[in-house]
Formats: sequence, structure tokens, C-alpha cells
Amino acid sequence: MVTTPDAPVVLSLRGIGKCFGALVANEGIDLDLRRGEILALLGENGAGKTTLMNILFGHYVADEGTIRVAGANGELVALAAGSPHASLAAGIGMVHQHFALAESLTVLENVVLGTKPLGSIKLDLAGARAKLSALMHDSGLDVDPDRRVSRLTVGEKQRLEILKVLYRGARILALDEPTAVLTPQEVDGLFVVLRRLVGNGLSIIFISHKLKEVIAIADRVAVLRGGRKVADRTAEGADRAMLAELMVGREVTPTKRLPRAPGLPRLVLNGIDVPGAHGRSGLSRVSLEVLSGEILGIAGVSGNGQTLLAGVIGGTIVPGNGELMLDGEVLTPSPRAMVRAGIGRIPEDRHHEGVVGSLSIAENLALESLDQDAVQRFGFLRFEAMRQRALSAIRDYDVRCPGPDTLIRLLSGGNIQKVILARVFERAPRVVLANQPTRGLDIGATTDVHRRLLAARDRGVAVVLMSEDLDELLALSDRVSVMVAGRLSAPMAVEAVTLERLGLMMAGQADAA
Amino acid sequence: MIRFEPRAGVPLAMRVGTSLGAVAAALLISAIPLAAVGAPILKAFGLMVQGAAGSLFAFTETLTRATPLIFTGLAAAVAFRARLYNIGAEGQLYAGALAAVAVGSGTISATPFVLVPLILIVAAMAGALLMLGPTLLRVKLGVDEVVTTLLLNFVVLLFVQMMLEGPLKDSMGGGWPQSAPIVAEGSLPVLVTRTRLHAGFLLALVASVVMYVLIARTRLGLAIRAVGENQAAARFAGIQVTRVMVLVGLLSGALAGLAGASEVAGLKGYLTADMSRGFGYAGIVVAMVASLAPLAVIPSAIFIAGIFVGADTMGRTLGVSNYIADLIVSLALLCVLVSGLFLRFRIRFG
Repeated sequence: MVTTPDAPVVLSLRGIGKCFGALVANEGIDLDLRRGEILALLGENGAGKTTLMNILFGHYVADEGTIRVAGANGELVALAAGSPHASLAAGIGMVHQHFALAESLTVLENVVLGTKPLGSIKLDLAGARAKLSALMHDSGLDVDPDRRVSRLTVGEKQRLEILKVLYRGARILALDEPTAVLTPQEVDGLFVVLRRLVGNGLSIIFISHKLKEVIAIADRVAVLRGGRKVADRTAEGADRAMLAELMVGREVTPTKRLPRAPGLPRLVLNGIDVPGAHGRSGLSRVSLEVLSGEILGIAGVSGNGQTLLAGVIGGTIVPGNGELMLDGEVLTPSPRAMVRAGIGRIPEDRHHEGVVGSLSIAENLALESLDQDAVQRFGFLRFEAMRQRALSAIRDYDVRCPGPDTLIRLLSGGNIQKVILARVFERAPRVVLANQPTRGLDIGATTDVHRRLLAARDRGVAVVLMSEDLDELLALSDRVSVMVAGRLSAPMAVEAVTLERLGLMMAGQADAA
Repeated sequence: MIRFEPRAGVPLAMRVGTSLGAVAAALLISAIPLAAVGAPILKAFGLMVQGAAGSLFAFTETLTRATPLIFTGLAAAVAFRARLYNIGAEGQLYAGALAAVAVGSGTISATPFVLVPLILIVAAMAGALLMLGPTLLRVKLGVDEVVTTLLLNFVVLLFVQMMLEGPLKDSMGGGWPQSAPIVAEGSLPVLVTRTRLHAGFLLALVASVVMYVLIARTRLGLAIRAVGENQAAARFAGIQVTRVMVLVGLLSGALAGLAGASEVAGLKGYLTADMSRGFGYAGIVVAMVASLAPLAVIPSAIFIAGIFVGADTMGRTLGVSNYIADLIVSLALLCVLVSGLFLRFRIRFG
């Protein structure tokens, strides 16, 4: 790891403060970034990381404090507040969690987009192509410049976003939760690139709440909690427990899975076939058996059919062949049938499939139970009953919100996930399908999800867990299957599985089993 | 430098204020074409207010004009809530009117208690049926309903003309392409003597309340809102999206059909091919000004009707073309669309 204590400071934040109404988002934050270093900005959801970056990038104006950036001669100059244009010109670039790409244009066109004034007649694509390929060569970021963005994988889109920033001559790169959407292999690839970039003199702010990654990649770690900076230290010698405690403000105890004798088969899939589409792998003859009181983990590199399998169990995808049985009864697949049969579903994309943003917490909680007397009578909604249900869910699941009538879109990702958990568990499901249940969540929320899933397992629920976080998968699952190219391996007892073996199997080397 | 910061929530007073502000802006901008044709602007606006609400008669004329707009406004509001963009209220209105004269102009003799509801039901069914095709094409095959409903408007209007020249032509009509009149037992009673305000207005008010209750307080209404805001999540939660969309389509078509029945049975008496002055299209503006809220459709329709009626008076008095009304209404729609931006974002300068 490169440590650069003597490198010149390229960015200096002093006393940054920002309030939104009564909420203090940032308070008295001092931060220095040196040339060629990776600074991890660590904090839970709502700790103020994103606000700080928005201030740096000119989206928000800080209530107090100053920002100075090194100019071309290395001297620190004050940055004009509230101007994204000034931040760009000062060499600050940002890659957001949600990409801002024109899907119907090519990679090259996306890179050029916005770098030329709107009125310019000639688009110097040849020059841009040369500059881009030089950048790709230097950085190790590789994307086909003529490919349409809609055909890129998530990892490729992220590489393109970084290239866009570099193309504009950024010297400071801020990455907001860059690994949240990546597979473990893609994360490793990203880290190699980041190392190379700082070697070339770039400075990187790496925003995350994943401790393992922070320790792996960062030179220095700054921890935010409740809008204040609570720690700023070198990453060397830092350990996860210590950082977790700084981040959460109290000691964190990981959840433990206690051995438990599983029961009878609950959910059985028999010879499920789903045709592949858009060059993606389909499912071929997938069979699985989940027992009452066990968690079956499903590992796999993203894009090998996990989404389809989740769709089949969740009822949104009707398989071409095969059958699905719950406690011995064959189910006709539809989301409604699955909900009614007692299959609770935690969707992969909670914003897209999980909740309706402009409906309230109470209404979102009721969505799966619209035919039940608890929600309606003679077709009319029982608002008071819905509100009471929401109040108890808010209390039981510790949803941070003003009240049951709050619109879901105003909640953070972690709190939305808590609402979805409440919706799933209040129907007392017989099976729970949890697809990437902790993606993008902070430690507190993740621990909570783990606790709920294990508690359900202990009550006899059959849990299917799909996760790209292999540590999570191995910690929670009783048995693990691996999905490769639309096929599912025979389940293995988790005690017999190591990370290495799992990785080999995910890479398609079946003989590793 | 102008920046947009998203707002967390929007209080009701602000919604109302923004809608009013948008309409005021539309009026201000429409002063430009008025000035261009050389009309005295203040006097012109004064005449408009007088023509729309200057006397009891003027106001009943505005309410009479608002009646079909409430129905078509509701038709748009309900459908748009589910992101089903029914632009075909004009055609559904004519379909409803055609059905109304088909059963109401002497073909069936019955007491008013039977005939009036029958006319309304048949008209609603005709409008609903017309919307069924585009809705099914949309939910089953993904055919854009904006195109299909819009084009059907012209098909229906030509069909109405064909019927008025053919089977439904009034033999006593002196050769004009018009239907036989609705019989007295099938007509909607006048509400205020010596005015044209008829019971259709009350029906429109009832329809607004029913739609409000449906959208805001029922299970179906919650499903409609969920489907409109996030179809994937609604489907995932087990809501039968196709069924909800079809119901919404039928409901929207039925409301537009009622507009047609109310016009022939309450106001005109018989059907002509120029009966609607673009009420179907104006209903879209009404719904947008009302932010798709069924109860707000009432004031919104009355306001837009007032512009139409007032512009008629002003046009007659000053010799200005009454197309100025269409211009003002179009400007109101544009201003409302722009004002949506102010509702969603806080605008910061500097």
C-alpha cells in the first residue's frame, strides 16, 4: 500500500456545515486530501457523506466553511460555492451511485457529451477517440467505445463513468458507493484500476460503508457520524471492529447462526426451464428443495440466472417448463398467487420493485394485503387500521421516519428495506425469498436484516438467500448452491464450503465441487 | 445560475396557489395576442369576467359549459392517475351522445325514472366500450394508447356523421344532418328557470365525489395509484395490473360517454356532429390544472368554462375572434405544466 504523508494537499475542507431545516447534515468538518492518495469516507446512511460530496461538487451551498483546491501550480485556491461548473473546472469529478448515462448513445458519444458547447457544429470524434483510447491504456479501464450504453454491464457502465470524469481532466475523483452494484470479481478489478489511477497522480475520495473494502483499498480513513467527523487516521492497522464501532457509535456484535435440525421440504422447484433473452443466460432444468427451518444460500456471479430464479420464486416470471411446489401443493405462478400461498419476497431492487415511492408507509405496507379485512372492508380502505399496522411496524422494525403517512420516497434505502421486511413478515410467510437483502445497507440495518432472517429460519420458515456478499452468504446459510450459466449445483452443507472453493465454482469450474 | 433542489413535501395551500398562479400567468401572457389585435386589454379582461360571472344568467351559462368539462376532466384524471393516457374523450363523448339519442329519441317509451337512467347507462357503456380496445391493445401488446385513442376520435366523428346522414337522421329535421330529439321523458330537467343549467351539472358533481372516494378511499383506488406510480412494484406486490388498467380504461371511457349523454339529454336535445367544442381535449387541461385530483376538477372545469364563455362575450363585444379562448386555455395548460416544476423543486438563484 502506498502511503503518501508528504505529498502535497490537493483539496482542503475547513469547518464545513450544512443544515436542512432542523436536521444537521454536516457540522464543522475538516478534511484534507493529498495527491495520490485514496481517502475513504466512511459512515452509515445519513451520516452526512453524500451531503458533503454534494457541497464539494457544487450541488449544495454550505452554510459555513471553506473549500480550497490546488490549482495548476499546486497552490490552494478557494472554490466558488454552489457551482458544479466551478468544481468541474477545478478538476473535481464525481461518479454517483446511480449512473447518469445516455442509454441510447455509444460509449464514445457519452464521453464527449457535454464537453463541447451546445452550439459547436463539428464533433471531433476522431480526436476524442484517440484521447479516450490513450486514457483507457493509462488507466486500465477498458470499454468498447462503439458499444451502445444500453448493452453495457453495470461494471462497464461504472468504468465508463470514471472514464468520463478522467476525460474532463479530473485530478480529484469522488466515488459514491462504487462497489454497491458490483460483483466481487468486478470489485477486485475496480481496485486494481483505482491503484493504478492514484499511481498516476490522481487523488480519490472513496465513499463507502463496507469496512472490508475500505481497509483493502484506502490509504486513509475519515469516519463521519451524525454529520461530524469522528475519526481521521491511516488505514494501516485499522481493523473492522474498531471502524464499525466508530461508525455506529457503539459496539457491534455480528449475528450468530445456531445449529438447528431442519424440517421437511417446504419449497420445491422441479426442472424449471426459462428461456434466456437479450444474450443473457436462461434457466435450464433448475431443481431445488428448501427445508423448513433452513437458509439455502445461492451464490453466483451476477447475470448467471439468479434474477430469473428469483422471478420464478416470486411469481413475476412464468417458467416454460417445470413446477413449483409449496408444502406439497403445486402453485400456479403469479405474484398474487405467491403472496397468497405464503411466499414472502424481498426484491433485489427495492426502489424499482419493492415500494411505490409516492405512496405512504402505511399504504406500501398494505399493498400485498389489499384483499384482507385488516386493510379494507367492502372495498373501502380502513385508514385507521392501516395506520395502526404501520405504527407497530415502525416501532418493531425501528423505521426512522416522521410517521406512518410519510411518503416512502423520503426514506433512506435502509429504512425502505425495513418497511419491506415488515410487509413480508407481518403475513407470517412459510417461505422467504431474500434477494440481495442487504445491498447498499449500513452495518446497523444489515445486522437487523440478518437477525430477522435467522429468526424466521428458527421459526421454521424456509429461506432462500441470494447474495453477492459471499461473507454474508456463508455466515447465514445452512446449505449453499452455486448458480452458473443458468444451472444450479447440488447444495452443499456450509461447513464443507470455503470461500476459495465457492469462488472456483462460481467461475464455472464444476470439478472444484 | 439557477439551481433546482428537490422538495420533500408540498402543502395543499401551495398546490392550490401554484395552480392559480399558473392560470394568472396564462392570462397575463394572453394579453400579448389581445394587444396584437388592438383590443383594449383591461376592458377585454373586464368583459370576460362579466361574460363568465357578471350576472346569474352568465354564471349559469358558465356552469352549463363546465358540465361536460367536469366529466371529460374526470375521464382524463382517472386514466392519467394510472398512467393510461386516454386522449380519446372527444370520441367517447360522441359515442355516448350517439348511444343516448339511439335509445332516447323515441325508440323506447318509458317513464323518466326508467328512461333517464337507461340513457345514462347506455351512454356510459358506449364510451367504455370505445376505450376497451385501446386499453386492451396497450396492456396486452404494448400499443401506445395515446395514438390509438387520438385516432379513434376521428373515426368516431366520421361514424357519427355517417349515422346522422343515415339511419339516425331526423326526418323532421329539414334535411340537416341531425338526430331526432330526445323525448321529454328522457331529458334532464332544467335546474334554474329561464336558464340552460340542467341536472347534468348535478350528475357531474356527484361523479366527482364518487371518483374522489374511489381514488382516495378504496382498495381499487390504492391499486390504481400504485399502478400509476410504479407498475413494477404494484405487480410485484400481487396487484393484478392488467385488470386494474382495464377497469380504469372502462371507467374513463364511461365518464366521457356521460359527458355526451348530459349534453344531448340536458342541453342540446338532439345530436349534431359539431356538438362538442373540443370538450374531450379541454378535459385534459381541466385534469392537469386540477393536478388529477377529482374534487379539484370541479373548480378547474368551472374556471376553464368561464374562460370559454367569457371569451365568447368579449369576442362579440369587441369583435375579437373567440379563438382567443382556446389560446388562453392552451396557455393555461402550458403554464400548469411549467408550474409542476416549481412544485417538485425549490428554485435557487445564485
